[in-house]
Amino acid sequence: ALSAPLLPSAPAALRSLPPPVAASVLHTTRQLHTTQQCLAPLPPLPEKGGEVRYGLIPEEFFQFLYPKTGVTGPYMLGTGLLLYLLSKEIYVVNHETVAAVCILSVIIYGVKKYGSAVAAFADKLNEEKVATALAVKNEAIKSLETAIEEEKKEQWRVEGCSYLFDAKRNNVAMLLETNYRERLLTVYNEVKKRLDYQVAMQNLKRQKEQDHMIQWVEKSVVQSITPQQQKESIAKCILDLKALSKSVQATV
Amino acid sequence: MLLDVKLGQLPTWLAMRDFTPGGIVGALRRGYDRYYNKYINVKKGGLGGISMLLAGYVVVSYIWSYSHLKHDRHRKYH
Repeated sequence: ALSAPLLPSAPAALRSLPPPVAASVLHTTRQLHTTQQCLAPLPPLPEKGGEVRYGLIPEEFFQFLYPKTGVTGPYMLGTGLLLYLLSKEIYVVNHETVAAVCILSVIIYGVKKYGSAVAAFADKLNEEKVATALAVKNEAIKSLETAIEEEKKEQWRVEGCSYLFDAKRNNVAMLLETNYRERLLTVYNEVKKRLDYQVAMQNLKRQKEQDHMIQWVEKSVVQSITPQQQKESIAKCILDLKALSKSVQATV
Repeated sequence: MLLDVKLGQLPTWLAMRDFTPGGIVGALRRGYDRYYNKYINVKKGGLGGISMLLAGYVVVSYIWSYSHLKHDRHRKYH
């Protein structure tokens, strides 16, 4: 209840921490520094509390009296004080004293017998709490470390990106070159076809002219051969043939 | 703080104190925090932490009811 006013101021910084870390702080009512500098990690709890002798008197009292009176000083002080209170009846012995003695004896017997067992049980509970908090913290740390590894791998991949882009650029250049050459070939073929057509046209024209001229020459020659000339040429041929046959007969 | 004050300087120290309600509450808070952080807010707290508080309560209640207990004395003159 008294620690409630502390909660808004100090754990404002704790609330800014991510939830797993804030859950790991077990005692949020500790006296935190009010400045913004010493926040995390919180100092760990002390192991043991202040020493108390016989469960009632702090050890500091015995240390306070030790230089002047030695070890037995506080005990003598206690005995003297007790006897003074009893003799002057500042402490009155009545029925309540008997009740107090019975109650105290029962309490002391119970503490002596079961104290260690209860302490071990409480320690086990605390251990479990601390273990879960530690597990959360380790979990968070491990996840962050894997995130760091992933990040490094991504950075390494980015380095490799330059090679990837070079290869892609090469591919694109190759495609452009191929396309350009294909189109060049097409242009060449088209132009060659046009030129071939022109050549073929000229050839055809010349051939037609040649054929026509040959035919015309032949026709005019045939027409010019009169029947008289035909008879004369046939007679000449027969004479030549006879001469030839004679020469052949002679050789044989 | 109080333990460092010498006995002769006690009145001056007492006059210096802050007796406003806020000051008193602050002093009580500091005292409570000192006791709490020394005996209770530790990993292995023992029996002494609460037993000292209970013993103090017993003593204070005895002091408050002393005027009634005076009549139970066994002897009149000491």
